[in-house]
Amino acid sequence: MDTFQDTVFKLKRYWADRGAIIQEPYDVEVGAGTMCPETFLRVLGPKPYRVAYVQPSRRPADGRYGENPNRLYKHQQLQVILKPTPDDVIDQYLGSLKAIGIDLSKHDIKFEEDNWEAPTLGAWGVGWQVMLDGLEITQFTYFQQCGGLDLDLVPAEITYGLERISAFLQGVDSVYDMEWAAGVKYSEVRLADEVQFSVYNFEMANVDRLWRLLAEHEAECKELLAGYDRYPEKRRYPVLATYEQVLKCSHLFNLLDARGAISVTERVGVIKRVRDLAVGTAKIWADQQQQEAA
Amino acid sequence: MSLDFLLEIGTEEIPHWMIPGALAQLAKMDLLGATPSVDATPRRLVVRAQGLPERTPDFEQVVKGPPITAGDKAAEGFAKKQGADASALRKAGNYYELVKKVSGRAVQDILAESLPAAILGIQWPKTMFWTGGKNGPRFIRPIRWIVALLRDQVIPIEIGGVRSGNITRGHRILGASSIPVTIANYESELRKNFVILAAHERRHKIEKEGAALGAKLDGDLVETLTYITEFPTAIKGDFDPAYLALPAEVLTTVMRHHQKYFSVEDGIGLAPNFVAVMNTAGDPEGLVKHGNERVLKARFNDARFFWNVDQAKKLADRVDDLAKVTFQAKLGSYKEKTDRVVELVKELGGGADAQRAALLAKCDLTTEMVKEFTDLQGVVGGLYAKAQGEPEAVYRAIYEHYQPLSMEDSIPSTREGQIVALADKLDTLRSCFGIGLVPTGSKDPFALRRAAQGAVKILVEAGLDYKLDSLAQGELYAFLLERVQHYFREVRGFKYDEVNAVLKVGVSTLKDVEERLQHVSRVRPTPNFEPLAASFKRINNILKQANFTQGVMHAELLEDGPEKELYEAYTKLPANGPLEDVAELRPLVDRFFDKIMVNAPDPKIRENRLSMLSDMLRKFSSIADFSEIVTSGDQKL
Repeated sequence: MDTFQDTVFKLKRYWADRGAIIQEPYDVEVGAGTMCPETFLRVLGPKPYRVAYVQPSRRPADGRYGENPNRLYKHQQLQVILKPTPDDVIDQYLGSLKAIGIDLSKHDIKFEEDNWEAPTLGAWGVGWQVMLDGLEITQFTYFQQCGGLDLDLVPAEITYGLERISAFLQGVDSVYDMEWAAGVKYSEVRLADEVQFSVYNFEMANVDRLWRLLAEHEAECKELLAGYDRYPEKRRYPVLATYEQVLKCSHLFNLLDARGAISVTERVGVIKRVRDLAVGTAKIWADQQQQEAA
Repeated sequence: MSLDFLLEIGTEEIPHWMIPGALAQLAKMDLLGATPSVDATPRRLVVRAQGLPERTPDFEQVVKGPPITAGDKAAEGFAKKQGADASALRKAGNYYELVKKVSGRAVQDILAESLPAAILGIQWPKTMFWTGGKNGPRFIRPIRWIVALLRDQVIPIEIGGVRSGNITRGHRILGASSIPVTIANYESELRKNFVILAAHERRHKIEKEGAALGAKLDGDLVETLTYITEFPTAIKGDFDPAYLALPAEVLTTVMRHHQKYFSVEDGIGLAPNFVAVMNTAGDPEGLVKHGNERVLKARFNDARFFWNVDQAKKLADRVDDLAKVTFQAKLGSYKEKTDRVVELVKELGGGADAQRAALLAKCDLTTEMVKEFTDLQGVVGGLYAKAQGEPEAVYRAIYEHYQPLSMEDSIPSTREGQIVALADKLDTLRSCFGIGLVPTGSKDPFALRRAAQGAVKILVEAGLDYKLDSLAQGELYAFLLERVQHYFREVRGFKYDEVNAVLKVGVSTLKDVEERLQHVSRVRPTPNFEPLAASFKRINNILKQANFTQGVMHAELLEDGPEKELYEAYTKLPANGPLEDVAELRPLVDRFFDKIMVNAPDPKIRENRLSMLSDMLRKFSSIADFSEIVTSGDQKL
C-alpha cells in the first residue's frame, strides 16, 4: 500500500516523464493551485509550457476544526498544466491513475460535466469532474479565458485531490487516518493546523485589521499596476510581485468571508476589486511577454 | 436494405443533457434526400442513412444573354465569357440565351464539402475551442476522431487537424482504441468493444437491471445515466441502517442528485441500499460497490454532521442572520424579503401560523444543510421546524412553500402553506418587476415565469378569493394574465377560444374565471351553442357597423312575431343563468334574423332594434364574450 507521499512521488514522476517541469509549491497563500503564477500567468500568451506541482490550498471557510473526516481548511492539490493540450490528454491522464496503482479494468470511471469559473480571477474553462467509483478524484479543465484574456494555446488543467485519492487507495474513511509516510499518520502532520486555523479563521482573526490589510495590499497592487506603462525597461518590471499582491487580497477576502464579515452589499464590490487587480495584472504580464518575445 | 452513409463524430465526453438536442439537429442534416437516422453515446454522435444517390442528376441551366439589338459582337462576347461558341446561342424574345449543360456532382464530393459545416453548425448551449486558439473550430468538447463513409469509401474531411477515416474507438477502458469498421459491421464492432450505440438499448439495460435490484427508477436519472455511459451496468450497494434515522428527503437527495444513485424502497420506506449504474461491464471483485459505499457513507456522515450542527441554533434565532444572505443585489437581503412577505401574508389574511411560517421560511438558507444541499431549501426548513417543536401548520407551510416547482407539481397542501407560497412568489415578482427585471424572450434568470405560474396555480387550485387586480397591477398584471391563459390552456386543457372568451369580459378572481370556463366548456358541445355564438358575433358586427353605442329600447315599438317573441324569451332569462338556457334562444334568434330587417327604413324602429340586440348581448356577456368563440363558420373563412 502506498503512503500519501508515495502517491505524490509517483504522480510527479509520471508527469516529469511526460515533459513537465516539477515545481515546488508557491509560497503565498492561495485557494487553489490554479491561482499560482505557474498556472494563472503561464497559461497566458503563446509559449508552450508543461508543469506539475503540489499546492497546499487554503480555504478558510471549509475548515471544520479537524472534526470532519473529509473536509479540510487546507488540502493538497496536484496541479498539472499541459499547454497546449496534447490530443491524447485523457489517455495520459488515465495512465497517471494506472501509475498510482489503480487497475481501471476493475473500477468505474466517468467524466461528468463540470465547468470551472473563478470570478475573482476573470477566468473560466470547461471540463469535467472525474468520478472513480462515485468519488470525485480530479477536476479536468480546458482553460478558455484567464484574467479576462482569451487563451491562444488552450491548456488542459488537471487537478488531483490528493487527500481523497490517497484515502481511497489506502481504504480509510478519514483523511486523518491515512499514512503520510510509513508509520506516520496524516493527523500527526496536519491535525494541529486544521484545529488552530479553524479557531483563528472563524473566531479570532481581527476583522478591522483584515480590512486594513486588504486595503494596503490593494493599494500596493494598484500602484504597481499604474507604474508599468511609464517604466522604460519592461523586462525588469515586477509584474510577478504585482501578482503576489493580488493573491494577498484574494486570501484576505476569503478570510473575511469565513469570518462572516462581508455583507451582502459589500460582497459583489469586493469581488470586483480583486478581479480588477487580477485582470490588470494579466494584461501587463501578457504585454511583458510580448515585449520580451519581440 | 443496406445503409450507405455513416458519420461518427468522435469526441471527449459530451455533457449528457446536451446530447438529445444535438441529435435533433443532426436528424435534419441535408443528405440529398436520404433520411438521417441518429444515435449517440457520450463520446460519439452518429448519423446513418440509406438511399443516397451516387451522383446528383445532370441538368440544364438557361443563361440570359444580351439583347439581340446589341449586335453580333456582344453575342460573341457573351458566348465566350460562358465558354461556349456563338453558334450555341439561341434567341428568346428580344434576347440571346445560352442553354448550358451542367453535370451532376458525385455525392462523395458534395458531402466532403458540406459535412464540416454541418458538424460545426450544431448549436450547443456552451462551446469551447481547443486547438488553433480563437481561429480554431468551436464545439462542445474536442473532436478526436471522425468516421465518414459513403458505401465504405472514406469521405475525406478534416476538422481541427482531425482527418476522417474508417477507424473508430471502443469503450475507454474495455474496448480497443483503434477499430477499422465498415458501415455494415459498425454497430456490432462497437458492441464487441463494449459500446452500446443505441440510447434506447442502454436505457432498457439500466431499467431492467435497476428494477431487478429493487431500484426506485426515476425517469430523469435514467435519462442522465443513459447519456453518461457507453456500457451501463447496475450494481447494488448497502449502507448502515443507522443512517435511516436521517430524513428520507436528505438521504434521497444525496443518493439521487449528488451520487446519481437510485434509492431502494421496501414495503415501509427507504431500504438501506442503493443502486448505482457503472460505465463498465461488471464488478467481479466488488471494488466498485465498496468504493461507492465508502463515498455514500462519507456523504451521509456530512449530512448527519450538518443536521447536528444546525440544531444548535433554532430557525427562529436565525431570522436576523438572513440580513447576510443576498436575495438580489438591488433588492437587498432575505431579511428584507422576509419582512415584506410576512406583511403580505397579513394583508392576504393569513393567520398567526401563516405569519410564523413566513417569518421562518427562508431561515434554512443559513443552515449548513442547505448550503450543502441547495435543492432541499424549504424542505430542510420544514424538517427543522418540526424537530424544533413548531406546530404542524407552521412546519408544513415552510416545507411546502416552494411548491409548485413545475406545472405538474402539486400546490401546498394546507391553507397556511398556500398563502405563504403565494406571498413569497408575489413578492419576488413585484420586487423584480419593480426594478425592471422583467423576463424577455428566453431570458428569465430569476425564474419569474415559474413564480408566476406557481402563483396562478395556487390561486386556482386552492380556490383563493383574491381579485387578480388586487394582487398585481400594470406590467405585472399583464404578465400574470399571460400565465393565466397559459395555465388554463396547457395545464387544464381548455380550448384557447373559450379561454379568450372568458377573459375578454374581465377577470375578478381566478376561481370565478375557472367556474365560467367550466360553464362555457360544458355548454360548448350542445347543438345550439355554436350557432348562437355565431349569431352573437353577427349581432356584434351589426352593432359595430351601425356605430351603435347605447340606446333606449321601447317595448311598444317591437313588432309582433319573431321580434317580440325573442324579446320576451330573453328578458325572462336571468342574467347569470345557465348558458344552456341561453343556447335555447337559438331558434328564436335565427328566426329573428330570418324575418326581421334590422336596418328598417324608419330610423326609430332601426334604433329600437339595435337597442334590443345590444341589451340582449350585454345581458348574456357577463360569463364570456361569445364573439371570441371560433365557430365552424369562422373556420371556413
